[in-house]
Amino acid sequence: MARASDPRRELAELLSAKEMIVVCGSGGTGKTTIAAALGAQAAAVVGGRVLVLTVDPARRLATALGLGTTSLGNTAVKVPSAAFEAAGLECRGELWVAMLDTKSGWDELIRRHAPDAKLRDTVLANPLYRNITGRFVNSHDYLAMEQLYDLHAAGQYDLVVIDTPPSRNALDLLDAPGRMREFFGSRLLKWLTVPYRSRLFTIASKPFYQVADRILGSRFLQDIAEFFVLFQTMEAGFVARAKEVERLLTDDGTAFIVVSTLEAAPAREARFLADELHQRRMPLGALVLNRTLPAEVRQPAASKSATALADAADQPALLADLAATTGCDEAAIQHVLAEVAGRFRDVTVVAGREAERRRELEAVVPLTAVVPTMPADVHDLVGLLAIGQHLLGRGNR
Amino acid sequence: MTALLDRQLLFVSGKGGTGKTSVSAALADLAVRQGKRTLVCEMDAKGALAAAFEVRQLGFQPTEVQSGLWAMVMNTEDSLKEYLRLFVRIPLVGRIGPLAHTFDFVADAAPGVKEILGIGKLCYEVRERHYDLVIVDAEASGHIIAQIDAPRAIRELVQVGMVRDQTDWMLEILDDATRTGLVVVTTPEEMPITETIELVNKVQSTTDVDVAAIVANRVLPQWFSAPDGEVFAALMEPAAQASLAAVAGPKVATVFQAAALAQARREGAVGYLDRLRDNVSPDVPLLLVPELFTRSGGRRVVSLLADALHEELG
Repeated sequence: MARASDPRRELAELLSAKEMIVVCGSGGTGKTTIAAALGAQAAAVVGGRVLVLTVDPARRLATALGLGTTSLGNTAVKVPSAAFEAAGLECRGELWVAMLDTKSGWDELIRRHAPDAKLRDTVLANPLYRNITGRFVNSHDYLAMEQLYDLHAAGQYDLVVIDTPPSRNALDLLDAPGRMREFFGSRLLKWLTVPYRSRLFTIASKPFYQVADRILGSRFLQDIAEFFVLFQTMEAGFVARAKEVERLLTDDGTAFIVVSTLEAAPAREARFLADELHQRRMPLGALVLNRTLPAEVRQPAASKSATALADAADQPALLADLAATTGCDEAAIQHVLAEVAGRFRDVTVVAGREAERRRELEAVVPLTAVVPTMPADVHDLVGLLAIGQHLLGRGNR
Repeated sequence: MTALLDRQLLFVSGKGGTGKTSVSAALADLAVRQGKRTLVCEMDAKGALAAAFEVRQLGFQPTEVQSGLWAMVMNTEDSLKEYLRLFVRIPLVGRIGPLAHTFDFVADAAPGVKEILGIGKLCYEVRERHYDLVIVDAEASGHIIAQIDAPRAIRELVQVGMVRDQTDWMLEILDDATRTGLVVVTTPEEMPITETIELVNKVQSTTDVDVAAIVANRVLPQWFSAPDGEVFAALMEPAAQASLAAVAGPKVATVFQAAALAQARREGAVGYLDRLRDNVSPDVPLLLVPELFTRSGGRRVVSLLADALHEELG
């Protein structure tokens, strides 16, 4: 199989050629960190104006990027170039960060699509609207896509990296514009709003009403219909936007990066995601395998050393030598050596599991980049740039 | 407090990737060992539950995967059909038009419809006592509240009608801590712990569902005590490493690096577990499940996890 000769260079090319990178993957794989690391490295090495759009609820990203306690919001904040210098790297471009606020986002959508102020206020005051925007999970996804579209349309950034919302399934996000479009054009909406548009029930909708009435109660049906009548007046605007957003996702300037660890569940999810992206003609740019164990662990020579170490732990000469070098107690040294040697097998078992999953994933995804496990969680720009260098390499392009 | 497995309905949630499905399967395995007729249901149909039990595929109709243990995956459309058949007595669902298509739109648009159909089916199984215990491999932490709170949300919205009446018996089951509990699965890493703290506190403050336990999964073993850790650090120094390489080969450095990595992860994990204990109510039991160093997956892992949970539950 044709393998990428140098994944770092190819990934760097991806970042300089694309205008939009959508980072997705299952929860807990480090999506936000990878998105931020890609953005930071792109700004530093490739240059240009780069925006990282995150949904990180812990607001840890702001701290990691040296923005102190600045609370991130819809408005982008620039990461000071001094932060890069402090991290030992000159930043060729600019790094901006913004966070999605889904609540005000919905209100903004209504303001944008409502034909007049009266209708706008009626919708905003509707109890069902409050409830739907609070509970309708797909609104996160649709809004992320709309905001992405806005940023792209404004043309202020050379590259936008988006960290996808914590959806059950990243596909909800990608399908959100299509569903929004379908929803507004749906027969259901027309059925529900029939009594409001005309007092005549059609033969086709009558049985539906009878059933719906019995199950839900006519009052709820009336409430919901009222809400949808309001919404329907905004149909044209929503549908046009949703189409544009959909188009953007399959555009040449857009690439997807799937993040996964080499644990069973995330790896399976990554593979599923890769297949689904392919089916939707959404271009999968790369797969980032995060928190992998170093490859050396699996070398037979390392296991041999571990076995030799287990034997050596009983050699009085070595123990005496080490006690002299370190000033530690011989018995303690012996115990530690035995532990280190004995538990090495556990690490190789994990590394072996990882290698197997990696092979499976590499068979389906053309470009795979690897980020080794870090001894501690990433807390600052230095850490993000270290990950960025694993992904893209240092140096100029 | 009612013992975990003596309840009738357990929701297992947590951040994605922490091992919800494996823990659900292991709890089910343990319940079956105690002689309980158990149903385990995967809500998001990713196929992880089928993999855990090493079966090809699971559907809405429960499959007996081992003696006394049934497994199914939730499908809201099938659930709607069953509901219409059982409660509305519409034998030919096809008569109300292109149901599947229409249903998708209703479910996406009306708040709580998908959730209530899922949770309604589960509560129905509990109410009818088809099983001693129903274990739900539920939605991830971001959506679980919308799921378990769906009957209340529906009740607030729907003033009259059949659905409203039915939320009453569902809430009776869900709000009863002797019958229903939420198990939150986490791993000792930063984000999963943060989400767990937020989730537990939010469930306790905004719903009446009892948080029955937190399962900390994949807890790495402790390699060294604190004094031994100092010895290890001393042995990492170049002079000691040179002596070791002379007897055990140059790759001894890799062996030590692996140990350092494992030790650092373990120390981080201990810190996160401390933070968890400090930030959730002490009434919620914390069950620690060790990392399993095994090459296999499927039933063997489920059984090992069940052993570990058994030990923690005492």
